Amino acid sequence: MFSGFDFDVIERSLPYLFKEGMTFTLTLTAMAMAGGIVFGTLLAMARLSSIPMFNVPAATYVNLMRSVPLVLVIFWFYFLVPWIGGWIIGAREPIQVGAFWSSVITFTLFEAAYYAEIMRAGIQSIPRGQVSAGQALGLNYWQTMGFVVLPQAFRNMLPVLLTQTIILFQDTSLVYVLSITDFLGAAAKIAQRDGRLVEMYLFVAVVYFIISFSLSYGVKHLQQRIAIIR
Amino acid sequence: MPMIEFKNVSKWYDRFQVLTNCTTKVEKGEVVVVCGPSGSGKSTLIKCVNGLEPFQSGELVVNGESVGAKETNLSQLRSKIGMVFQHFELFPHMTVTENLNLAQVNVLGRSVDEATAKSMMLLKRVGMEDHAPKFPGQLSGGQQQRVAIARGLAMDPIAMLFDEPTSALDPEMINEVLDVMVKLAQEGMTMMVVSHEMGFARKVAHRVIFMDRGEIVEDATKDDFFGKPRSERAVQFLSKILHH
Ligand SMILES: Nc1ncnc2c1ncn2[C@@H]1O[C@H](COP(=O)(O)OP(=O)(O)OP(=O)(O)O)[C@@H](O)[C@H]1O
Ligand SMILES: [Mg+2]
Repeated sequence: MFSGFDFDVIERSLPYLFKEGMTFTLTLTAMAMAGGIVFGTLLAMARLSSIPMFNVPAATYVNLMRSVPLVLVIFWFYFLVPWIGGWIIGAREPIQVGAFWSSVITFTLFEAAYYAEIMRAGIQSIPRGQVSAGQALGLNYWQTMGFVVLPQAFRNMLPVLLTQTIILFQDTSLVYVLSITDFLGAAAKIAQRDGRLVEMYLFVAVVYFIISFSLSYGVKHLQQRIAIIR
Repeated sequence: MPMIEFKNVSKWYDRFQVLTNCTTKVEKGEVVVVCGPSGSGKSTLIKCVNGLEPFQSGELVVNGESVGAKETNLSQLRSKIGMVFQHFELFPHMTVTENLNLAQVNVLGRSVDEATAKSMMLLKRVGMEDHAPKFPGQLSGGQQQRVAIARGLAMDPIAMLFDEPTSALDPEMINEVLDVMVKLAQEGMTMMVVSHEMGFARKVAHRVIFMDRGEIVEDATKDDFFGKPRSERAVQFLSKILHH
C-alpha cells in the first residue's frame, strides 16, 4: 500500500529535522515553560491580591490572553515585540529581536495566562491556616509565599503544569506560520523541496505523538507518586 | 505594664459584630484561659493579639506596641509571639527540623547551625528529638502539636498564644500536649490559651475569661471562676462542659 512512497527521505533528513528543528522546538518549549511558570505565578499572586491595582490588570491580562487565538498572538507579537522592546529601552527604531527570542517572548506571555490559572488554583488549594502559621512566625508576604505557599501549590499542581507544558510543546509548532525552522517547519521545508508531503507529515505526527504520549504517561506516573507522598 | 492589654476592642465582619468592647489584660508570666461557646469569638480575640485579625475600634497594646497602629512592624511583633493552632499547621513539605529552623533563619537571621542547635534543644524538651528528620505527615496528631509548640518556642517568644490546641486530637493524645503546656506555664511563660480543658485551667491558669457572643462576660481569677461564677451564661456553660 505504501508503494510509491519514499520513506528514505525521512532517514536522509533526520539530522536536519532533529538538530535544527527539534532543538528549536524543545528549547522554545523549555524556555517558555520556565518563563511562563514564573510570570504566571506572579500573575496568580496579583490576581489573588485584595488590592485592585494588582488584581484588576492581572485578571484583564489573563482573560484577554485566554480569549484570543494563539496564532493571532503570535502574529501580533512578532510584529510588535521589536517596537515594544525599542520603546522600553528608549530607542527610536524597533530593536532586532530575531525569530527565536520573539517566539520565546510570545509563548512565555501567552502560556503565562494558562499557567497563572493553574497556579491560582494551586495557591487557593493551600489551607488558610498555613498562611496564618507563616505570618504568625513573623514571615512577611514574600517569605510566606516563597517558603510556605508556593512550594506546596507547585507540588500539588505539578501534574497539571506538566500537562499544560505538553500542550505548549504542541502549540510551538504554530511558529511555523512565521516560517521559523522548528520541527514542523523543518519537516515542511523538506516536504516542499522533495515533494514528499505525506511521508513527512506522517512522520512529524508520529514524533509529536510519541513525545506527547510518553510525557503524559510520565505525568500520570508522577501523579500517583505525589498522591502517595501526601 | 501588662504584656497584652485589650482596651475596648471591637470588630465587625460587615454588619456582624464579632467582638464587642473587649477589655482585659495579661500580665507577664500570667496564664489566661479563654473559654466560651462555639462562635463566641475566642479565636478572633487571640488572633487580634498578633494582628492575624484586624479590628476596627479600640486599642490593643502588646509589649508596649499598639497592634493596630500604622507604625507597628507587624512581622517583627509576630516573631516575638508564638502561636499554636487547632490543626497544628506544620509545613507538610518540610521536615520537623526545617519547620523549626525556617523562621529562626529567615526572620531572626540565625545561622543554620545555630538554629538547628536550638531546634534540637526544644525538640528534646517536648520529647520529639528522635523525630527531627521526619515529615509532619509521618507523625501522630499529638506529636505534630508538640512540634508546633517547639516551633513557636524556637523564636524565644515573650508570650505564647494557643487556639484550642487539643480539640483536634484523639483523646489519648491530649495529655501529652497538655503536659508540655503545663510545664511551659510552670516555667513562667506568658500564655493566652483558648481551651475547654478545665483540668488544665484548674492546674495552671491564673485567670479565666468566659466569652459569649463576642463579649467578655466573665474575667475572673481561677478560684473565683470555678468557685462562684457570677453570670448565668457562664454557669450554664460550665455545667455543660464539666458534665461530659
Ligand atoms: N471571615 C469571616 N466572615 C464572617 N464571619 C466570620 C468570619 N470568621 C468568623 N466569623 C464569625 O465570627 C464569629 C466568631 O468566630 P470565632 O472563630 O472567633 O469563634 P470561636 O469562639 O473561636 O468558635 P469555635 O469554638 O467554633 O472555634 C462566629 O460567629 C463566626 O461565624
Ligand atoms: Mg475558634
